[in-house]
Amino acid sequence: MRVWADFTLEQDDAGRTVLALTGPLTVSSIGVVDHALRDHAGEIAQVDISAVPEIDTVGAWTVWRLLREHGAQLTGASDQAERLIAAVSKSSGDGHTAGPRLPPVTRTFQGVGHQVSSWGQGTVHIVSFLGAVLTAWWGILRSPARMRWLAVVRQAELVGISALGIVGLMSFLVGIVIAQQGAVQLEQFGAEMLTVNLTGRIALRELGVLMTAIMVAGRSGSSFAAQVGTMKLTEEIDAMRTIGVSPVEALVIPRILAAVVMMPLLGFYAAMAAIVGGAFISSFTLGIPFMTFILRVQEVVPIHDVWVGLVKAPFFGLIIAMAGCYQGMQVKANAEEVGLRTTMAVVQAIFMVIVLDAFFAVFFTEVGWG
Amino acid sequence: MSDDLEDIREDVADAAHNRMPGPYKGDYPIVVEGVRNAFGDSVIHDNLSLKVRRGEIIGVVGGSGTGKSVLMRSIIGLQVPTAGRIEVLGEDITAARDDADIDIRSRWGVLFQGGALFSTLTVAENVEVPLREFYPEISDELRREIARFKVVLSGLPEDAANKYPAELSGGMKKRAGLARALALDPELLFLDEPTAGLDPIGAAAFDALTRELQDTLGLTVFLITHDLDTLHEICDRVAVIADRQVIAVDTIDNLLKLDHPWIQEYFNGPRGRAAHAAQERIVRPDKKMDNPGKAGD
Repeated sequence: MRVWADFTLEQDDAGRTVLALTGPLTVSSIGVVDHALRDHAGEIAQVDISAVPEIDTVGAWTVWRLLREHGAQLTGASDQAERLIAAVSKSSGDGHTAGPRLPPVTRTFQGVGHQVSSWGQGTVHIVSFLGAVLTAWWGILRSPARMRWLAVVRQAELVGISALGIVGLMSFLVGIVIAQQGAVQLEQFGAEMLTVNLTGRIALRELGVLMTAIMVAGRSGSSFAAQVGTMKLTEEIDAMRTIGVSPVEALVIPRILAAVVMMPLLGFYAAMAAIVGGAFISSFTLGIPFMTFILRVQEVVPIHDVWVGLVKAPFFGLIIAMAGCYQGMQVKANAEEVGLRTTMAVVQAIFMVIVLDAFFAVFFTEVGWG
Repeated sequence: MSDDLEDIREDVADAAHNRMPGPYKGDYPIVVEGVRNAFGDSVIHDNLSLKVRRGEIIGVVGGSGTGKSVLMRSIIGLQVPTAGRIEVLGEDITAARDDADIDIRSRWGVLFQGGALFSTLTVAENVEVPLREFYPEISDELRREIARFKVVLSGLPEDAANKYPAELSGGMKKRAGLARALALDPELLFLDEPTAGLDPIGAAAFDALTRELQDTLGLTVFLITHDLDTLHEICDRVAVIADRQVIAVDTIDNLLKLDHPWIQEYFNGPRGRAAHAAQERIVRPDKKMDNPGKAGD
């Protein structure tokens, strides 16, 4: 059982109050008596710790605070107690332990100000990042030997090959959902054969690439941000600079290239998986044989739908890789920032991909690829 | 005493850590017996034994990769050895499991090599973490006061308490780490290369601080270091790790008499001699320096 510290109040011969502490005065025993001592309002002329068998710095601090607050005298202190009290008395011990915080009103204005100026700075940073990427590209174009093909292949493997399983499964399931739900609606018009058009066109034009982009942003965009961000924290990026390796050339370009190359491939693969999914479910619910569905897709889907999907994909890959690497490069200070920047990389990438996709949709319809 | 205080007492008595044994009275707060640590095929320690006396500062030295940090991690329970027994403050660490050893964890403090401060908390909040964890009955006020005086006790200026680790220099981070290690007034203090990366003045100040804390608080200090000045200055005994074992534990003067090639090279190399000479000058200013020719043997 824990032994708690306690205190008693006595009067000495002169009628002054003597506070006698008993029991061990250590961090594990002082919690309760400290509440009582803080509540004690009366005068204390003397603090007696002769009945204290054990004292540590927390006990010493409590005693010293009593002495200071009440202007009391100390009696019965052992050598060790006096040494400890001398050691802790170097601190005033007042004040807060939290980081600097402004009053709410000021903080609100400061927050708004920070936000506005960070938009401005963010724009500058993005432009300078774009500039750095373009310069690095230019450098590589002039001396192609500087391209790090090994890194590109490695990143392509991470972005593309290892995503095949999850992207394929996801698209297959999405294909099932579109075909099945579409059939339910189209049946009302007796037009269930149009399920093939619906599935084939939407998969190749929109969903294949868009779903892939979201998956790649979640898988690879986040890992770019976290990886580059951690390297920034551990000064690896600074180390690269000092030995004359451009971090943009070594880290950013391979990732961008890998994402730009892999996105169309993954997008096309995803569209195929979605069509297979649609064909699969149709053979059960609509009675359209699997092969008939596939052949019908070839007839009803214009070839420009494939181009629409494939043209968009590299841009999506570029956005995802740029957002990931840019946010990673912006990391400073602490581990929390890596998390925040990773989140921002994914959110920005997905948002920009969808905005761009909307532009593309309007654009391609206008140019007659509707 | 008023009723609500009784309530607090009862609450706390219910807490998992209400068996709080007094300070350790035995002779050897750390006992390592026949420990074997291996990562895959590479054996780090084999049949390693070490006893640390109560109230001493023991320095642990050894070449890079001899497993000094691994030994420390084994003692504090972060690394479970494949064989052997480790007793800390009379409790078997190798047998202890999460909840059972909670009261030991409140009785040691650890300073990791890089400080290992929580980067999203200020220095003082870092010190508050173990206090909050182990002694929830301590009032916010007292906890804040404790955090602040520990910061000063560790040799940091008072205004460093509100700073975040990213705003501190390397040396200040070490001191902040020390403040957190001292948060619970531990009986045992583990320091992993506390003076590495500090300037000589800062390192000397850290040594003095360690010695002073050890004197005032009666700590047992387990100190891993490469710093020969630290070894000469503050260590009561030095344990040498080589050939996967602790080959010797003794004062430096006695170690120098041993005929082990690594020990001779370590303490009698140019740096070792310089540190030794500096110590001689301080301790016995009248005595002549060692004959330098002798050391080259």
